[in-house]
Amino acid sequence: MDNVLSIITFLPAVAAAILALFLRGEDPAAQRNAKWVALFATTLTFAISLVVLNGFDPEDTGFQFVEETTWVAGLTYRMGVDGISVLFVMLTTFLMPLVIAACWSVETRVKEYMIAFLLLESLMIGVFCALDLILFYLFFEAGLIPMFLIIGIWGGANRIYAAFKFFLYTFFGSVLMLIAMIAMYVDAGTTDIVTLLGHEFPSQTIAVAGIQIAGGLQTLLFLAFFASFAVKMPMWPVHTWLPDAHVQAPTAGSVVLAAILLKMGGYGFLRFSLPMFPVGAEVVGPLILWLSAIAIVYTSLVALAQHDMKKLIAYSSVAHMGFVTMGIFAANQQGVDGAIFQMLSHGFISGALFLCVGVIYDRMHTREIDAYGGLVNRMPAYALVFLFFTMANVGLPGTSGFVGEFLTLAGTFQVDTWVALFATTGVILSAAYALWLYRRVVFGDLVKEGLRSITDMTWRERAIFAPLVAMTLLLGVYPSLVTDVTGPSVAALVADFEAATAARAEGLAQLGPAAAQGGE
Amino acid sequence: MTAADFDTVLPEVLLALYAMGALMYGAFAGKDRAAPLLVWVTSGLFAILALWIATGRGGATAAFGGMFVDDAFARFAKVAILLSAAAVMVMSQDYMRRRDLLRFEFPVLVTLSVVGMMVMVSAGDLIALYMGLELQSLSLYVMASLRRDSPRSTEAGMKFFVLGALSSGILLYGASLTYGYAGTTQFAGILASLQGEGEVPLGLLFGLVFILAGLAFKLSAAPFHMWTPDVYEGAPTPITAFFATAPKVAAMALTARLVQDAFGAIPGDWTQVLAALAVASMFLGSVAAIGQRDIKRLMAYSSIAHMGYALVGLAAGTAAGVEATLIYMAIYVVMSIGTFAFILSMERDGQPVTTIDALNQFSRRSPVRALAMLVLLFSLAGVPPFLGFFGKFYVLRAAVDAGLAWLAILGAIASVIGAFYYLRIVFFMYFGREGEALESRMVPAQWATLMGSAAVMVLGIANLFGIEGVAAVAAETLVR
Repeated sequence: MDNVLSIITFLPAVAAAILALFLRGEDPAAQRNAKWVALFATTLTFAISLVVLNGFDPEDTGFQFVEETTWVAGLTYRMGVDGISVLFVMLTTFLMPLVIAACWSVETRVKEYMIAFLLLESLMIGVFCALDLILFYLFFEAGLIPMFLIIGIWGGANRIYAAFKFFLYTFFGSVLMLIAMIAMYVDAGTTDIVTLLGHEFPSQTIAVAGIQIAGGLQTLLFLAFFASFAVKMPMWPVHTWLPDAHVQAPTAGSVVLAAILLKMGGYGFLRFSLPMFPVGAEVVGPLILWLSAIAIVYTSLVALAQHDMKKLIAYSSVAHMGFVTMGIFAANQQGVDGAIFQMLSHGFISGALFLCVGVIYDRMHTREIDAYGGLVNRMPAYALVFLFFTMANVGLPGTSGFVGEFLTLAGTFQVDTWVALFATTGVILSAAYALWLYRRVVFGDLVKEGLRSITDMTWRERAIFAPLVAMTLLLGVYPSLVTDVTGPSVAALVADFEAATAARAEGLAQLGPAAAQGGE
Repeated sequence: MTAADFDTVLPEVLLALYAMGALMYGAFAGKDRAAPLLVWVTSGLFAILALWIATGRGGATAAFGGMFVDDAFARFAKVAILLSAAAVMVMSQDYMRRRDLLRFEFPVLVTLSVVGMMVMVSAGDLIALYMGLELQSLSLYVMASLRRDSPRSTEAGMKFFVLGALSSGILLYGASLTYGYAGTTQFAGILASLQGEGEVPLGLLFGLVFILAGLAFKLSAAPFHMWTPDVYEGAPTPITAFFATAPKVAAMALTARLVQDAFGAIPGDWTQVLAALAVASMFLGSVAAIGQRDIKRLMAYSSIAHMGYALVGLAAGTAAGVEATLIYMAIYVVMSIGTFAFILSMERDGQPVTTIDALNQFSRRSPVRALAMLVLLFSLAGVPPFLGFFGKFYVLRAAVDAGLAWLAILGAIASVIGAFYYLRIVFFMYFGREGEALESRMVPAQWATLMGSAAVMVLGIANLFGIEGVAAVAAETLVR
């Protein structure tokens, strides 16, 4: 099993090719076959990915399961995982079978739908495994195409606008990243991520068009990558594509978007921005901390005002991603551990929340909060599940949501008390919007005529939620499952970061008197 | 020496003789009965010649006192020209026949223009350059107005001819200035005269700029692109497909050879011209295409933008840049042929349709063809993982390596703008409203071309079919 990463990366794509080439017809039997093939392929991928988790040695902070083959244009096909990326691979493979199961009720163009999701899984796993800049970019960008089609074909009423907005926003960010990647290649002479992680990019102050840029090339590269990852994340104020995309996407599309695609931004920050451009991160970091804090408070307030359930959860996602960026750029052990934990936990929780919306949307075909009320009378099991994930979203101790928020806040507190203070108010706001949503949808009297005949969850829906509930609880009461894996890699990352910033501070201190004299 | 010279130009001589023979045969065999046979024979001959040039010849030889050069660079371009011309003829046969356009002049004219192109890419002298260029252009003028009874086709030919003659005049003027100041028309001689002196005479620079302006016209690089949309729209679609492929390769290769072989000693003076042409083309092609409703006009602007990207590689002025341009052109040609195979098949009630909203919900009726077209469009837009992205990657990297980071950034921005209009076609095919359907039949030759080029876009990412090494060798022979 030397090439297990390639196997799990391309297995879904192979299944997609099989569906595309050998499955004919639109009749119900063909549709069922497409669904079963997709479910089988994603489950098999998950099973094989367990091999990776099992063979992974957390104490080794380098890359494991590394594969290398030469490729075109002086590039190398290079895959591997470390403590930071391995859990994202697991998150993807774990969620995809559930996503496929969640779109069992789709009836239009089922085959294409399944192909799009299978391709998307391949590309997402590829992003987390790629160890070559261009290979990473390839996977990162190509994911846009299936997602564009998923939103555009199977989405809601305003899907076209959302699909275009999604594509152009993220494409623009990524093109800047491509230029930065080329600049990195020119400076370091390689596109190998492992080598680049050890390469020190120049950080002398340079002037561009008369503006003095502290941190020099590192800051510029950092900003170019930031443009891409911040859009993907998404960070305030470039988050506006997300609510549109979420609202218009089909349920499974929303789950993939919130649970996995958004994590690519955070993963990018951890893989590139922080370790490769530590000086740039130090220069821009305080700004990002504040942007994150603003995002948490602002989008929580916006979430309070929403009438559409999906939009509310989308804004809540932006707020939770604010905790992630805050933790990452606090750049200490707790902050970064917390950010990774928060991303994984948000993967389960937000995915589950979108599925919760999907359950009632499938029955009533509306996402308006006002159209519901008193569901607890007809759907007790649903009410329980929804309550559980609402509380997890709020960050109730005992669920995984609490651990991530607590760790990131603790990490941030050591760096900037005011940001932490400001961001903590977001926790209160999140309780406000989440519980208010829950009250309006589930409690109260069942007065709406249409809801009288609504049915509770089927066995299929229960089966989808069961593993998500289990994971949320498990990580909530035993967070070491995650932090033991990520810990050593994060410790190495933080140590490198501190060494780089300390070296710069020393350099500035030596330069200080000379620069002062030169200024006179 | 004559025998050796003859051996060097043998492929061109064979093709020229074949064109004469085919003309005679067509004239005597009676009006157009000979045409289908001639199309197949000509395509086959192109393919065989391409194979022979690719494998059977090696080294670098010059004939007729350096007027005609045969090296790896020329061979690369010739193979691309021959294969694309063959593919275009095969896929357009059915279209031409059903519109009563399949006259025996068509293969003959294609052959003659291909001979012109082959002379162009092998030119080692301003006279040879002009000879090849004119042979090519004259054939293309006639082809643009092949549909004699259609005012638009006639107009396209007329417009093309008048503007083409003007550009030839500009080019000739530049050539005469160059001759006046360098004292020779040979590329090697011009290079030697530039290496000797400390200061470059102003007249020579004027000559260079005028020649480049003339070539930019043939490339349809902005701001010399004005003829392109009208000619693309007015000419019969197979002719448009031909215009978009082989002549572009020839003109790009000729530009590369001219700037490197003749003016290689003063790169600073032409890289800025090429960079300016590249920026103008990329942006004009991307922005102006947004408003287009006709897919042929849209492809015209698309080809303008693509020429801009290919010029970015040349503007880098390095061997890596020339290699990038060659790879870019090869990828571009494959993408264009596939796209035009699709456009050829767009018809309703037997009439060709070229408006893009005719593609509404096309994916529902012909999912496989729509998927192939989707791949091609994303590839044209330069979205990874398709091959089109690698083309852009090569040229942008060459530009950054040469210290032209600003050019790469502008190219990247233009590609985002350009992505929009390719996406719009995808939008009509996949998300559009239900409208009048296109006919679903597609001729096997067109189907095979479409599927083949889409497959190349996907499979090529493994190793670019080994084209990288060949292009590198070709670029090495040019840039020393």
